[in-house]
Amino acid sequence: MSSLQTKDRSVSIPGFTAEELVSKIGFFEQLKGGVIMDVIDPEQARIAEDAGACAVMALERVPADIRKHGGVARASDPDMIASIQRTVSIPVMAKVRIGHFVEAQMLESMEVDCIDESEVLTPADDEFQIDKRSFKTPFVCGCRDLGEALRRIHEGASMIRTKGEAGTGNVVEAVRHMRTLLSQIRGLRGMDALQLEKKAVEMRVPFDLVAWVAERQKLPVPNFSAGGVATPADAALMMQLGAETVFVGSGIFKSGDPSQRAKAMVRAVAHFNEPKILVEISRGLGEAMVGIDINLMPAHERMAGRGV
Amino acid sequence: MASEAEGGDTLPVGVLALQGDFVDHEAALQRHGLRTRQVRTVADLDALGGLVLPGGESTTMLKLLEVDGLWEPLGAVLRSGLPVFATCAGMILLAEQVENPVQRSYALLPITVVRNGYGRQFHSGTFALNSAVLPAGTSGTFIRAPRITRVGMGCDVLAARGDDPVLVQKGPIMAACFHPELQPGPNPVVARFVAAVRKHAMLPVGGA
Repeated sequence: MSSLQTKDRSVSIPGFTAEELVSKIGFFEQLKGGVIMDVIDPEQARIAEDAGACAVMALERVPADIRKHGGVARASDPDMIASIQRTVSIPVMAKVRIGHFVEAQMLESMEVDCIDESEVLTPADDEFQIDKRSFKTPFVCGCRDLGEALRRIHEGASMIRTKGEAGTGNVVEAVRHMRTLLSQIRGLRGMDALQLEKKAVEMRVPFDLVAWVAERQKLPVPNFSAGGVATPADAALMMQLGAETVFVGSGIFKSGDPSQRAKAMVRAVAHFNEPKILVEISRGLGEAMVGIDINLMPAHERMAGRGV
Repeated sequence: MASEAEGGDTLPVGVLALQGDFVDHEAALQRHGLRTRQVRTVADLDALGGLVLPGGESTTMLKLLEVDGLWEPLGAVLRSGLPVFATCAGMILLAEQVENPVQRSYALLPITVVRNGYGRQFHSGTFALNSAVLPAGTSGTFIRAPRITRVGMGCDVLAARGDDPVLVQKGPIMAACFHPELQPGPNPVVARFVAAVRKHAMLPVGGA
């Protein structure tokens, strides 16, 4: 067992060396204040990089199309991922199905910069997520609340993103998950050891992890936002609510002018607190992606509920 | 101005905050007793005691510097003699020549850097440094780090990883391929920059 201490982050996670943790979390620190864009081919990847994306997520179909297409969504074709790796100089991430550690082993052998164990793909395991501590590649996982975030961190995720509802162009779930996560962190403040122990049991994570969060009032890893961000204002909203970086999936390449929108998203995240700049960059962007009212969505079509 | 030597009332150090690990840099400087200011607009560049270009993605920073009209004003501050500390992407912005791919830079350090020259994230990690100016045992965390392949005249190599220069300095500008800001506690590389900021604050106005 070793402990990680990078600035005031410090948490013991069995199975990691401190060096590994610094370089894994440090990788995500480099992405802060940026936009990570879903891309499906080298052409889109180039547009994303030219617009100033800090990383791309390589996948065969953006979430909006996964919804439309139906069927089982799996990790992407290695050829497609490799072609994107050859095209851009920024980090390339890719998704694996929840619990599908072989897909993850394959991505690690391809030296993908980061693996997203993602609810956007069809889960491969209903009971267990991947033991992410056994990988050298940093993992990101989604969460809807603090318990889910801490379970993923305990399994070895070195970055958390709130899930939102991918492929809807509707930010309401992203907001809900971010507010839930942060209010649950605030809720731990002032709890005594007995209460924290009860919380740890409820959330199915070690006491030390809960106590760490209670004391420092934040997650031990970076906290990004995903799922439904479609406009620069959406991106700035998530940043003001506490996200440190924003994932944009279908929102860019399902819009009328992807290059312009991508550039606007990047500026919106850098200047999330400056309404005048947000006005300027939101002008004349063309059609945003058509959104979906989540209240009208059947429960089985929601991706956020996937995972354990 | 003796009180400035204690650092509490030196001018704040500007940390370019368009994208990257600027919060880590702020925390590292604050641990050493300096005040910091996030730099996002031209107005933020006013009255600084030093300047940090953080790690992150150099392509993202370049786009934002250009579109937000910061490129020239930031360049003027970088050339003003103010102490400057740059890590990873920040170093790429300062290098005379950038490869993989070729991209625009301020060309203030006579070095050639190859972006991601040590490979993808899989090859990131913490490595021992050889240095005549840092304490024995100092290590550096390299994350998709740039690799310095040429060091020109007038640029000092302060530390190396194997045979590769990884910490260089020319006049008031110091740049690292690695991330001292990510390491816990006081750090000798950060301390070196902090000392330069304090020394600069002691100079008479215009005496840089």
